Amino acid sequence: MFENLTEKLQRAFKHLRGQGVLTEENIGEALREIRVALLEADVNLNVVKDLIEHIRAKAVGTEVMTALSPTEQVIKIVHDELLELLGKDTARFKFASRPPTVILMAGLQGSGKTTTSGKLAVWLKKGGHRPMLVSVDVYRPAAREQLKVVAKSTETRIYEGDTKGEAAGTALVERLAKEAKREAMIMGCDTLIVDTAGRLGIDEELMQEMERLKKLLDPQEILFVADSMTGQDAVNSAQDFHRRLSITGVVLTKMDGDARGGAALSIRHVTGQPIKFIGMGEKPDAFEPFHPDRITSRILGHGDMATLLEKA
Amino acid sequence: TRTRESLSSRLEGVLALTRTVDESALEDLESALLTSDLGLPTTTAILDQLRDHARRKDIDGGEELRELLKEQIQAILEAPARPIVEPAEPPKVIFLVGVNGTGKTTTTGKLAAWYRAENKSVLLCAADTFRAAAIEQLEVWAGRSGVEMIRSRQGADPAAVLYDAVAAAKARSADILVVDTAGRLHTKSGLMDELEKMRRTAKRLIPEAPHEVLLVMDATTGQNGLQQARLFTEASGVTGIVLTKLDGTAKGGIAVAIARELNLPVRFVGVGEKIGDLLEFDPAAFADSLLSK
Ligand SMILES: Nc1nc2c(ncn2[C@@H]2O[C@H](COP(=O)(O)OP(=O)(O)OP(=O)(O)O)[C@@H](O)[C@H]2O)c(=O)[nH]1
Ligand SMILES: Nc1nc2c(ncn2[C@@H]2O[C@H](COP(=O)(O)OP(=O)(O)OP(=O)(O)O)[C@@H](O)[C@H]2O)c(=O)[nH]1
Ligand SMILES: [Mg+2]
Ligand SMILES: [Mg+2]
Repeated sequence: MFENLTEKLQRAFKHLRGQGVLTEENIGEALREIRVALLEADVNLNVVKDLIEHIRAKAVGTEVMTALSPTEQVIKIVHDELLELLGKDTARFKFASRPPTVILMAGLQGSGKTTTSGKLAVWLKKGGHRPMLVSVDVYRPAAREQLKVVAKSTETRIYEGDTKGEAAGTALVERLAKEAKREAMIMGCDTLIVDTAGRLGIDEELMQEMERLKKLLDPQEILFVADSMTGQDAVNSAQDFHRRLSITGVVLTKMDGDARGGAALSIRHVTGQPIKFIGMGEKPDAFEPFHPDRITSRILGHGDMATLLEKA
Repeated sequence: TRTRESLSSRLEGVLALTRTVDESALEDLESALLTSDLGLPTTTAILDQLRDHARRKDIDGGEELRELLKEQIQAILEAPARPIVEPAEPPKVIFLVGVNGTGKTTTTGKLAAWYRAENKSVLLCAADTFRAAAIEQLEVWAGRSGVEMIRSRQGADPAAVLYDAVAAAKARSADILVVDTAGRLHTKSGLMDELEKMRRTAKRLIPEAPHEVLLVMDATTGQNGLQQARLFTEASGVTGIVLTKLDGTAKGGIAVAIARELNLPVRFVGVGEKIGDLLEFDPAAFADSLLSK
């Protein structure tokens, strides 16, 4: 659908041949094309503005080398800037010194929390852990049933609990959470994954519930599960959740589609927290640790990033 | 909400600062439209027109600029509107399609109540046989509005349960059959083929079915929404959009781009998780909410 950034830059640099340096004038059009590419990838406008200024500052005055064309040189600068913003290394997972380690899943409605809870359990089991699942989503129809099916299909322990006809509300949520943590301890499970209801960052009541869950469970990880198809609003929701909960990481879901995933940059930018995993499908094993360089080339329109960087 | 505030505060900046409309005022508007997810091509098209007016000096100031902007957005949203065709005889078959997690099942439940309120008889079809507990989820919704639901079991062929549902709707002469389908990414050709097969299945019993195919889209969706709309239309003949989760901070500006580039109207908006949180789309109100506090 989109023209590759490399092609756009080649067009922009058509007239810049041979020796010389990159100047304000001759990179103007290139910067405009980079802006377009980043916006098409859903990178937040303010983040785009910051990035463009950094790229401009780095590019101006750079000598045009013989080994790399101006296009390649600028692509490399852009690539490095994006990598810098995303944080270079893939993040580690924190475990409690005294088990169970509690992982609290948080996010907007439909972002993929329940599915990701199952995926995390599978991933933890592969790493030799004994995870337990619990759903405290007492609000959405069949939400707890959904996690139960996920637990069964992944052969993971789940604390089902009993709602005892109690009305859906924070009191019930807290009771289930407390019981699950105790159950995990009794059953010798070293990790407890707590699936929560989807909520809007501006929903005061439900955000307070989340704060209370955090206080009650003292989680090592609070993962913000975000849909990779999110547009400019990603900064708002990420900021809301981070302000209330101090999230410790991000899971970017539905990366098996063709969304460019610029939301990753936005979320990282406003929270400063690393993207730890990506969701690559609906099945429990479609889950991978996050690699910043991959999303960088994706945002820039795939292309021949690897070969280019070998030349540099 | 924040997006709205930023847009309106920018607009107020424009109101306060400009007697004549200058480039910097237009730049502020550009930022405002971009952060509402209208996307660059649509934003540029809108601004070019405004700039045109400004050049001809028939815009006096911010207030008039705002009105013009609103009119333009409204006009883009109204252009694809088409009359709702009622079938000669019931049932009317409505498919809900879309990528994962947008609100198809919830909207199916809300639509059941919507049509019940119009005194129509409604039947639901649980054609998401893939996702965990999708059938149970729709069952709760069916219960909420007291309508019946045709179901099979997880893992069954969705076309088969659809066939049963269309046959049942015909036999009972239900007015409306609402079909909840599994979420699928538009890039997965196998799953998109499955939707085509479901269309053919419905047609075997009712040649004009499905009468409506609603693409359910999350208001937080960015520029990928255009590609979703394009490919779902190719595979399943989308007739309109349902824009969900408009009760959040996202403004759903991608719908403007979709209307302009793909000529698809928005039919309904979702504004919450409750049964009554469904509204008929109102282009004027939507344009207003994009532009006001
Ligand atoms: N293609 C794809 N689909 C995914 C991925 N992760 C989740 N999904 C799908 O997205 C939809 C929503 O996922 P859920 O896990 O139910 O999302 P949730 O955040 O728990 O939703 P609520 O509890 O309703 O807020 C389901 O159809 C999932 O199968 C992914 O990485 N790729
Ligand atoms: N705030 C808000 N939440 C909504 C709205 N519509 C749906 N939701 C929520 O979004 C989440 C996903 O809704 P579903 O109806 O399960 O979405 P779906 O498209 O059927 O999901 P899959 O079948 O997994 O693809 C649920 O938590 C719903 O309660 C809305 O208009 N506003
Ligand atoms: Mg869930
Ligand atoms: Mg569904």
